[in-house]
Amino acid sequence: MHHAKTNILTIKTPEGIVFSLGLAGPVVRFMAWSVDMASIAVIICVLNFFFGLLGIISRDLAVAANLLGYFVISIGYGIFTEWYWQGQTLGKRLLRLRVMDEQGLRLQISQIIVRNLLRFVDGLPAFYCVGGLACLISRRAQRLGDFAANTIVVRSPRIDVPDLDQLLEGKYNSFGDYPHLEARLRQRLTPRAAQMALQALVRRDELIPQARVELFRDLASYFKPIVEFPPEVTDGISDEQYVRNVVDALFRPAAPGRSVRASGLEDSR
Amino acid sequence: MIIDLQRFITEERRYWAELEAVLNELERKPAHKLDLPRLERFHYLYQRASADLAKLMTFSAEPNTRFYLEALVGRTYGEIHETRAKPHRLAPLHWFFVTFPRTFRKHLRAFGVCLAAMLLGGAFGAFVITADPAAKEVLLPFAHLQGDPSERVAREEGAQEDRLAGGKTSFSSYLMTHNTKVSILTLALGLTWGIGTLIMLFYNGVILGAVAWDYILAGETPFLLGWLLPHGAIEIPAILLAGQAGMILANALIGWGQPIALRRRLRQTAGDLVTLIGGVAIMLAWAGLIEAFFSQYHAPVVPYSVKIGFGVFELVVLALFLGKSGAKAGCETPPAGLKADRQQEQIQDCGISSV
Repeated sequence: MHHAKTNILTIKTPEGIVFSLGLAGPVVRFMAWSVDMASIAVIICVLNFFFGLLGIISRDLAVAANLLGYFVISIGYGIFTEWYWQGQTLGKRLLRLRVMDEQGLRLQISQIIVRNLLRFVDGLPAFYCVGGLACLISRRAQRLGDFAANTIVVRSPRIDVPDLDQLLEGKYNSFGDYPHLEARLRQRLTPRAAQMALQALVRRDELIPQARVELFRDLASYFKPIVEFPPEVTDGISDEQYVRNVVDALFRPAAPGRSVRASGLEDSR
Repeated sequence: MIIDLQRFITEERRYWAELEAVLNELERKPAHKLDLPRLERFHYLYQRASADLAKLMTFSAEPNTRFYLEALVGRTYGEIHETRAKPHRLAPLHWFFVTFPRTFRKHLRAFGVCLAAMLLGGAFGAFVITADPAAKEVLLPFAHLQGDPSERVAREEGAQEDRLAGGKTSFSSYLMTHNTKVSILTLALGLTWGIGTLIMLFYNGVILGAVAWDYILAGETPFLLGWLLPHGAIEIPAILLAGQAGMILANALIGWGQPIALRRRLRQTAGDLVTLIGGVAIMLAWAGLIEAFFSQYHAPVVPYSVKIGFGVFELVVLALFLGKSGAKAGCETPPAGLKADRQQEQIQDCGISSV
């Protein structure tokens, strides 16, 4: 595992397989916590209404039920939701975060309880100052409760495949005449570089013209040496068209049903 | 290297789906155990998915498949490499009568440290009250404790009406929730290497010692015992147990004499912390009921002998419970330093279930 401060936790299994988990930072965690606080407030308001009805029988009983209800919800909300949704509260679900065991092992109920009880210290003196600071300093973005419970909070973003037909505008891709070079391109490019090219195309209309020209010039000059296509393919096309061809070669499904979305994998993730 | 990605995914997808189905089954039913052929198949599917992920890592254009496989391999890795016992079905009686007292006995030294801190605080409180009676106003945060003890006793014993009438249930709830919060904070302050926990216990000891000595000096010992013992016999040990949990956490952080890594030490203590604080919450619920419905009634309504007798009885039962309950020859919970596999063996022999 990495030992420097990073927003990625990489776990290497004994089988030699490496998988990475994106760590959630203090800001996004604070936002999730704010959603949870709002949820707790709503639940308590609803309970107050129903417990208030007990006042018809006994005012003493109604006050007692309210006190116990507030206590149980404020302490138990995080414990119950993280247990029930396997590491997620409502706020974490909305912001696509998840509590996980630090070593990638199964999250245990004792870990969930400990990390939630230790909020009492993380919340000191107010607004999670101690927890936020610990999260900033910790190399795995852990608050003190996470540290004691051996847990981390990871990001689990949903990856949407962009509409390639619209993106590539149905233009002819001359790279397709050289399938062996396209295969080499797919093999040599890193996933990060492929995503970089795709994102540049997705966001191209957000850029001012000068920045757009410079970005695609830089990207094209980065891709060109990786796999050299014959001059008759590359001559006379713009840098943006070059990058578009690269994205087309990397992402366009070869046949119907090839894409991950079509295979149904995305839904099961 | 993958030459034909579509063919690769088409061929491998059924294995991934099969692995995912087994994983879902295991996660849905934690107590379920796979038989040997299915276990072997599960392991084979894990290895196959791992190999697929390794192949896909070299392929740039399939981020979704890669993320999916990473999640799948990650989940399976958690199942296969997890060595801690799976949570059993809920067995609250076994947990309360066996696991809880055993956990207490397993960490007696931590409890001793907490008791010493509280006694020290008590002695300090008594000393301050003796040396400077005027300090009572600073030392005691409750107005009804700052006056003359004899005057209060006369007022309580001469009361014609029940001052808690119509408010006992809410008072009891307040006591339960407040004391449980204080206990959780006492545990959580173990994160300060135990310093915060010890300060909390010392501070509580100071208040207790000051009040007790003030009433003893005023010759109101029967009232004091009758007032405090019925609920204090449970409440004070409960706070000490919360402190014990805090010291266990502190000990795991400091790691004196434990030749194991910090993360493993913390991993080993999580279950004990939860057990202790769960037990503390139950004790405080009982103490809250007794304080609201019994402790506040004094002679002549309830004779002091009855109140003191009840408090002593509770204390004896608690001592027997914590000291003896769940004890079976050779079956005490293994100490934290024991090797994990030996611990597991011993736990299975004795039928100890985890929370």
